[in-house]
Amino acid sequence: MIIVIDYGMGNLGSIANMIKKIGHKCLITSDLEEIKKATKLILPGVGSFDNGMKNLQERGMVEILNQKVLVEKTPILGICLGMQLMTKSSEEGSLSGLRWVDAQTKRFVSDTLKIPHMGWNIIKHQKNSQLFDEIEREKRFYFVHSYCVSCNQEADILTNTNYIQDFVSSFEKENIVGVQFHPEKSHKFGMNLIKNFVENF
Amino acid sequence: MLKTRVIPVLLMKNGGLYKGINFKNHKYVGDPINTVKIFNDKEVDELVILDIEASKLNKSINFELLENIASEAFMPIAYGGGIKTLKDAQKLFSLGIEKVILNTSAIDDFDLVKKLVESYGSQSVVFCLDIKKSFFGKYEAYSFSGTKKAKMLPIELAKKMEELGVGELIINSINNDGVMKGYDLNIIKEIATQLTIPVIVCGGAGVLEDFKKAKEYGAHGCAAGSMFVYNGIHKAVLISYPKYEKLCELFKEN
Repeated sequence: MIIVIDYGMGNLGSIANMIKKIGHKCLITSDLEEIKKATKLILPGVGSFDNGMKNLQERGMVEILNQKVLVEKTPILGICLGMQLMTKSSEEGSLSGLRWVDAQTKRFVSDTLKIPHMGWNIIKHQKNSQLFDEIEREKRFYFVHSYCVSCNQEADILTNTNYIQDFVSSFEKENIVGVQFHPEKSHKFGMNLIKNFVENF
Repeated sequence: MLKTRVIPVLLMKNGGLYKGINFKNHKYVGDPINTVKIFNDKEVDELVILDIEASKLNKSINFELLENIASEAFMPIAYGGGIKTLKDAQKLFSLGIEKVILNTSAIDDFDLVKKLVESYGSQSVVFCLDIKKSFFGKYEAYSFSGTKKAKMLPIELAKKMEELGVGELIINSINNDGVMKGYDLNIIKEIATQLTIPVIVCGGAGVLEDFKKAKEYGAHGCAAGSMFVYNGIHKAVLISYPKYEKLCELFKEN
């Protein structure tokens, strides 16, 4: 079963509905036993970094997720805050991240452009992946974030997006995938991405 | 990427969707969940939903329905209608609504606008300026779904909202609403040239060419109701939305 992890960070309805729409079943849950049995995991999230980590810890999810992701190599997709939690740390908070990817989450700094970065934007591919059907065509996704990921290993970077500077809009390291944008709010582009994650990973 | 946004506006009351003319005579056009599902298939980049009774009749926000709508929508949603407090906005954001749209409460309470901007950022707060031309041709701003005249002039109010930090402004023409004969281009030009925040225009769009004109007069986004829910001279209900490629061609963007 595909599990959408519910740790109290936002409405997960549109993610679940999108998975249903592409013809697959999923479960939104915080039940640890269900998470243990997951064949695929989705870690969504809207909110602050420390709140996200605290909620994962309080629900006893960190240990189980480490086992699933690092030992069993279950494919996992982090969305927005979910992606940022996969990094080592964030300038937004003081807690340690899940540290699955050698990266940090940093604050956008700009005198001229507005923060958060909110709206549709395009992605630039840095490597091939099963997550995207084709890399030539322009794809647009919906973003809302004030912090962005910076990878230390270039090989992990899947796509970049430009706002103020180039930042990592998605990364992929073995079974671990993170996207800064919201596929569940990016209609056909998001649906393709979710479909590819569910079917190719 | 397409820069000029084209946004369907859905008017809600009693859990159904309606469309009227000049903010009056609203006719039922469908169920919100079904309509949102159709807009999903049409790959709409954003959607505006306005509850046209919440402020006027002092009704509470239909959170349950909005949560269901947000769950069905594969695009960002802006919602307006009956938002009176920070708590209302907070609840809407947690349900998956991306932006809040203010009219009545913003005109009555500048402090609320300021607090919303401080708490959630400019990008999440939109002001909807409802405008009507008086008998003598003077533009006036309205609240309570077009039933109460505001003290400030439209341009003063627009500038005030920008100063308070709202991220974008919708100019909604009561005279042109539902008429489908084009936007009020004069007021668009007057207001858009005096603001730095993006201006979205609403009221009067009937054909694609109207979007192009609005852009030439300074609009950053074009919103429409009737055009996307009606079809033909007899106004049969049929949800439609132009193809992305067609819009790129229209605006000569991308």
